[in-house]
Amino acid sequence: MSEMLIKNATVYDPINSVNGDLMDVAVRNGKIVDSVGNSAQIIDAGGRLVYPGGVDAHTHIAGSKVNIGRVMRPEDSRLGIKARTKLTRPYTGYTVPNVYAMGYRYAEMGYTTAFEAAIPILKARHTHEELEEIPIIDKGGLTLFGSNWMVMDAIRENDQDRLAAYVAWGLLASRGWGVKIVNPGGGEAWGFGKNVSGLDDTVPNFEVTPRQIIRNLAEVNEKMNLPHSIHLHCNNLGKPGNYETTLASFDICKDIKASRDRQALHVTHVQFNAWGGNHWGDMESKSDAIADYLNKNDFLTIDMGQLIFGSATTMTADGPVQYANARLLKSRWSNGDVELEDSSGVTPLEYHAQNYVNGIMWAIGLELALLTKDPWQVLMTTDHPNGGPYVNYPQVMTLLMSKKKREEAMSKIAEKTFERTSIAGIDRELDWYDIAIKTRAAHAKVLGIVENGKGHLGVGADADIAIYDIKPDQTDATTEYNRVEAAFRRSAYTIKGGVVVAKDGEITATPMGRTYWVRTKVDNGGYDRMMEDLKLKFRNYYSVNMANYMVQDEYVEHPVVVDTEYK
Amino acid sequence: MIIKDVLCPFCGCLCDDLAVEVENNKVVDVKHACKIGASKIRGHDRIKAPMMRDDKNGEFREVSYEEAINESARILAKSKRPLLYGWANGLCEMMKKGILLTEEVGGIIDNTASVCHGPSALGVHEKGLPTGTLGQFANRADVVVFWGCNPVQAHPRHMGRYSVFNKGFFANKGRRSRKVVVFDVRKTDTANLADEYVQVKPGEDYMVLSALRAIVAGKGDVVPDTVGGVPKEKLAEVAETMKAAKFGIVYFGMGLTQSRGKYKNIDNAVSLITELNAHGKHSIIPMRGHYNVTGFGNVCAWETGFINAVDMSRGYPYYNPGETCSNDLLMREEIDAAFIIAGDAGAHFPAQSIARMGKVPVIQVDPFHNPTTEMANIVIPTKVSGVELEGTAYRMDGVSLRMRKLVDVDFPSDEEVLDKIIAKVREIKGASS
Repeated sequence: MSEMLIKNATVYDPINSVNGDLMDVAVRNGKIVDSVGNSAQIIDAGGRLVYPGGVDAHTHIAGSKVNIGRVMRPEDSRLGIKARTKLTRPYTGYTVPNVYAMGYRYAEMGYTTAFEAAIPILKARHTHEELEEIPIIDKGGLTLFGSNWMVMDAIRENDQDRLAAYVAWGLLASRGWGVKIVNPGGGEAWGFGKNVSGLDDTVPNFEVTPRQIIRNLAEVNEKMNLPHSIHLHCNNLGKPGNYETTLASFDICKDIKASRDRQALHVTHVQFNAWGGNHWGDMESKSDAIADYLNKNDFLTIDMGQLIFGSATTMTADGPVQYANARLLKSRWSNGDVELEDSSGVTPLEYHAQNYVNGIMWAIGLELALLTKDPWQVLMTTDHPNGGPYVNYPQVMTLLMSKKKREEAMSKIAEKTFERTSIAGIDRELDWYDIAIKTRAAHAKVLGIVENGKGHLGVGADADIAIYDIKPDQTDATTEYNRVEAAFRRSAYTIKGGVVVAKDGEITATPMGRTYWVRTKVDNGGYDRMMEDLKLKFRNYYSVNMANYMVQDEYVEHPVVVDTEYK
Repeated sequence: MIIKDVLCPFCGCLCDDLAVEVENNKVVDVKHACKIGASKIRGHDRIKAPMMRDDKNGEFREVSYEEAINESARILAKSKRPLLYGWANGLCEMMKKGILLTEEVGGIIDNTASVCHGPSALGVHEKGLPTGTLGQFANRADVVVFWGCNPVQAHPRHMGRYSVFNKGFFANKGRRSRKVVVFDVRKTDTANLADEYVQVKPGEDYMVLSALRAIVAGKGDVVPDTVGGVPKEKLAEVAETMKAAKFGIVYFGMGLTQSRGKYKNIDNAVSLITELNAHGKHSIIPMRGHYNVTGFGNVCAWETGFINAVDMSRGYPYYNPGETCSNDLLMREEIDAAFIIAGDAGAHFPAQSIARMGKVPVIQVDPFHNPTTEMANIVIPTKVSGVELEGTAYRMDGVSLRMRKLVDVDFPSDEEVLDKIIAKVREIKGASS
C-alpha cells in the first residue's frame, strides 16, 4: 500500500467546484482518498498551485500521419534533442516528436492524459503500436467514420441499426474511444481528387450528403450511449468564408438529446473554421458569430486549435485541404488515402507573425476562448501539431490570462490583422480556475472520462496531479506572465496514478499509461445486416482479409474498456 | 489442420490470404502463395545450432546459445563503432529491441533499405509522398505505371492482387479497366504484359521524368525530339494517358532508386505526381522488397525520429545519409564490429564494404545460412518469423498486420536473443563503469 499526502495545496478542481482552497490532497494506491496514515510520503506544496493532471482531448500523437511527418521532416527531428539517461530514452523533434519525447514532454508540463484525434480503422494497429510506446500518460483515440463506405451505405439505405452496428464494430476493430468525423464525405470524394463544398453536396457515387452523415452519426452516437459525443472537423476547413458552413454544421445537431451529462456535439479546432471573407485578400475573423452561437446554445462544445507562430506540421484526414495547402505554399506534400475509409494528408508549414492571414488565425483562436462566456464550452488546444506543438500550451494559457501579454504579442504581428479581428479590444483575462477548466476539467468532461477518474481530484479519482511553482495568492498572472508561463512549462511535480513522474520539469519515473476504448453491444437485426455487408466489402474491395483486420489484444497492453449498449 | 488467412513472410506485398496445411507440427502444403513465398514457408536448410570461430577462414564449431550470446555481447560492448544492420526479415517487436541495443552500445543502426529504397526516403524528405493503401489503387486506378520494377519476378502476386488483373469497386472489369504502362531499361516480363512499354536508356530516367513534367505543365515545346532514348511523340502520348486518368498510380522500384540520379529521380517522380493531381487523382508508391522492411522504417521513425541510418554514438539519434549509412561507415573503415540480423549484408554490399567486414568481428543472427555466414565469427540461429513466431509486420503501403505462427520450434526468437544480449551488455558496461 503506497500513500502520499500533498500538504498546503492551493487547489483548483472545477469539477468539484474547488476554487483555490488551501487544503491537503491524500493519495492511496494511485487514487485520491479522504485521508492517509502517518507513514505516507509527504509533499509540502507550500501554498503552491495544484491542478488535476492535464488532459488533452484533441492532439495528434500517434499513427501513420504522425510518422510520415517524422519521415518527411528529418530537420524537425533534429530539434529538441536530449540524450538518453539511465531512466529516459532519447528525445527528438519539435512538431513531430518521437514517442518518448511525446510522453515525457506532456508529463513535464503536468499533463497526464492525451487523446489521439484521428484513427483510420485499417491503420489502427499502427496507431496503437505508437501509443503503447508513449511513456507515462494515459491515452485513447477517436476513430474516423466520416467518409467510410460502410457508414455511407447504411445511411443511404436509411438503416440506422446497421449503422450503429458498424460504428460499434469499427470502435472495437480500432480499439477506439469515440466517433470522429473529418470533412464528412470529402475523404471519399478525394479518392478521385474531388471534394465536397457544402453540407448539401452529394458525395460522388454514394448519394449521401455531409449533412446526413453528421446527423445520422450524431443520432447513433447518442443511441449507443457513448461516453464522448461525435467529434466533428467541419467541411471547408481552411477556406475564407467557411464560418457559415461551421454555423450550419452546429445547427444540424441542435435538437440532438445527449444521452449523458455532456455536449451533444464537439466541433474541433474551430480556429480553422471561423473565417469570414471570400478570398485571402479579404479574409477576416468571424469568431464573434461563432462565440455568439455558443453563448446562446449549450448543446455543443468546441476547441480552439490555437495557432503558434513558427514551425508546424499540418496533418489531417482532410486530404484535399492538404493538397491545397501544399500547392499554395509550395510545400512538401504527403497524402495517405485509406481504402474504403478515409483520406489524409501531411504538409509542413511555417506560421509567420508578419503574414496577416496567420495573424488573423492567431487572433481567432484567442477570440473564440475569450468571447465565449462559459469557459467549459471552449477547450484549449493547438490541434497539435496543426496550429503548433503542444509544448506551447503554457504560452496559450498566459495569453488567455493576460491582456498585457497579448498586447506584447500583438506588437509583433502584421497590423492588418487588427482591422480584421477584435482581439485588440478584448479585455477579458482568465483566472486560475478558468485555466483549470480549459486545460483539464472540461477536456475530461467533453471526452466523458470524468467517471473514469480523470480531470478532477475528488475522492476515487485517479491521483493524476500537477503542482506548479506558483503561489496564486501572491501571483498576478496579468503582469507576471513570464514567470507563470515558465512555471506551467515545468511542473514542480507531476504525479501520475500516485507516482511522481516529473519533478521540476525532469522525468523521475516512467510507468506505462493505460488506453481507453469503448465496447458497445448492438444485438438487433442491424448487426446481422451489417455483417453481411461487411463480409461482402472484405471479399470484394478490401486488400486485407477480415480475419486479419481487427486490432488484437496484444496491441493494447493496459486497456480500460468501457461497455455501453445500443438502444 | 489447415490454417487460413496466413500472412506471407516473403515480400512487401504481405499477402494475407494463404492457407497452410500443417500435420504433426510440419508444414505439408501452402496454398495461394507464390512459389517464393511457399518455399519460404515450407522451409529449407536451417542453421541447426549456434556456431563460433576465431579465424574467418577456419571451421565453425558448435557452441551453446549462452556462449554465443555472451561473446556477442562482449564484442558489442567493447566495440567503439559497432554497426547493427539488417532488420528487414523480422518483426517489429525485435526491431524495437534492436534500437534499444544500439542505444546501449552507442552503435549505428541501419537497415536493408540503405541499399534499396534508401534514396526514396531522401526523395520524401525533399518532396513528401502522395500515396495510399493498396486497396485504394486496386479499387480506383485506371492508369497503372510500373517504373524500374518488375513485379512478375519480384512481387509475383502484386499484379493479380492489387494492381492489374484484380477487379475493384470502380475498376470493375479487372485488367480491362486499366491501362498499364511500363518504364524500364529492358523489356521485362512485366513489360510484356503492359499496354505500353517505354524503353529508357540506362541512367536517363531523370530526364524522362523531367520531359513528362514539362509536357504535363503544357511546356512540351522545350522538350527535344528524343529524351533518354524515347521519342518525344511517345512521351507526349504517355503524358496524355496519365493526364487523362481518373486515378493514376506509379509503382517504382530499384530501377529508379539505384540508377543514376538516385534520390533526385524520386524527387522528380513525386513532383510529377503532385503536378498531375491538378488534373486527376494520382499516387505513387515504392515497391518494397522484404516483407517487413517498411516496418523497420516505421519503428525507427517513431522511436528515433529518423527512418534509417541512425548513429547513437552521441547518446541521441543522429542521422546523415552519406555519413551514417552502413556502406559509408564500412568504406571509411570506421566500423570495428558488425551485428547482422534479418538481412544479408554479405550478398548485397559492395566489395569494399565486404573487405572491411572481413577484418572485423561479425555476428550473424538468422535462421538461414547465406553469404553473410561466410564472413561471420558468431552465428546465432533463430525462429523464422511469420512461420514459427507471431508478431507485427508492415506491408509496403504502411498497413500493419499481425503475422501468424504455424508451427512450434525450439529455436529462440530474434527478440529473445536481443533481450539476452542487451542484459549482458548492461552487465559488462555496468561492471566497467
